[in-house]
Amino acid sequence: MQQIIYFFQKFKYFLFFLLLEFIALFFTFNNLNFHKSKYVNSANRITGSLNASLSNFSEYIELKSKNELLSEENTKLRNQLEKNRLVPSKDSTITDSTKYRQKYTFTQAKIINNNYSKQFNFLTINKGKSADIGSEMAVINSLGIIGITENTSENYTRVQSILNKNSKINARLKGNSRYFGTLKWNSNDYNTVQLHDIPRQAPLKIGDTVETGGKSTIFPEGIPIGRISKINQGNTTNSELEVQLFNDMSNLRYVYIVKNLHKIEIQSLENISNE
Amino acid sequence: MNKSIHQSLFFLFLLLLQVIVLNNINFLGYINPYLYIVFVFLYPLKENKFPLLFYSFILGLSIDFFSDSGGIHAFSTLFIAYIRLFFIKVYFRKTPLDYPFFKLKDESFGKVFNFTITLTIIHHLIYFSFANFSFQNLSIVFLNTLFSCIFTLILFFLGTYIFTKKE
Repeated sequence: MQQIIYFFQKFKYFLFFLLLEFIALFFTFNNLNFHKSKYVNSANRITGSLNASLSNFSEYIELKSKNELLSEENTKLRNQLEKNRLVPSKDSTITDSTKYRQKYTFTQAKIINNNYSKQFNFLTINKGKSADIGSEMAVINSLGIIGITENTSENYTRVQSILNKNSKINARLKGNSRYFGTLKWNSNDYNTVQLHDIPRQAPLKIGDTVETGGKSTIFPEGIPIGRISKINQGNTTNSELEVQLFNDMSNLRYVYIVKNLHKIEIQSLENISNE
Repeated sequence: MNKSIHQSLFFLFLLLLQVIVLNNINFLGYINPYLYIVFVFLYPLKENKFPLLFYSFILGLSIDFFSDSGGIHAFSTLFIAYIRLFFIKVYFRKTPLDYPFFKLKDESFGKVFNFTITLTIIHHLIYFSFANFSFQNLSIVFLNTLFSCIFTLILFFLGTYIFTKKE
């Protein structure tokens, strides 16, 4: 017994050091896991409110350029609306698409913290559980996709950016050919992401547009992502594409959170077929 | 009493400086200084090592909370806090009797430079290895460590130059 006490006396600093290091490692490993990162993240009250007040301040400087972006988006949406009005309805039965066939709801939010220079990047936005935001919802803006929501607190949400080595998103080529692959990031450059698993026979050109494929329950179909900037065709059946993002990930402010209303239905159906 | 208030204000100042200003510099796209480790350099030497270990852990963890990095800052800061005494013995040749009178600004520039550069390199190397979290892209880890070290040390020496009173 005395030996043990003596041991603790002698190595008390080292043991204390080891204990704290293990706690830090525990947080680190949890943070890398998408579903377990609930301890250390910026979506809590203190960090959230500080980040919110900071972004309020910097927002003021960017007002002009953000206004221009908004008006551009408004024009685009107005044009789409007009197109829909011009087409006369061919069917005699009219379904109220806004009420019964609605698949997604959009919530507007503001980014209050943005990382893009690390290997595992996250964003924080100023809407949380109180605005009906849960985990695994898509985050987009007018130019393209941004990430997937992860942890939510009452008023803030942490978003896993597409600039995260853990991020995997279903994406496809826009146009007549609908070849699809997986969008990942190799942490080299925050302006380009990589599209993997595109079959070799797919016709590819530099400058082709890449958009989200409708094969996940998170992202809606046809949200733009970027342009092909480089094609690496090795001796494999798949080619890896470098995709230049439409979004400047270092300069983001307002985003939309997309909630898929049919998500549970689709997932329950897919789980049945798996068993 | 006055000293502990001073210490906690210094703690808060470094935390806010790192989170609000230095984390958002992104010089050339990705280079950030990590000046908050100055807390470990300047914390007074004491016989009891628990407060330094505990405070540096808390400082690292608070920065982790703001920058969404798990516990990486906490891990690396705690590590240099633990090995600090060893390097003080190596570079400044101090015995426990000298601890209460030890002040970093009274030492010669060369010794202080060696001391800070060693701890900074160790801290940044651990931090960037964990941030990378794979054995690929090791060159990026070393480059990041080198550039951030230079940045951090320039800020540290500028800061000490500006804030020390001249007699």
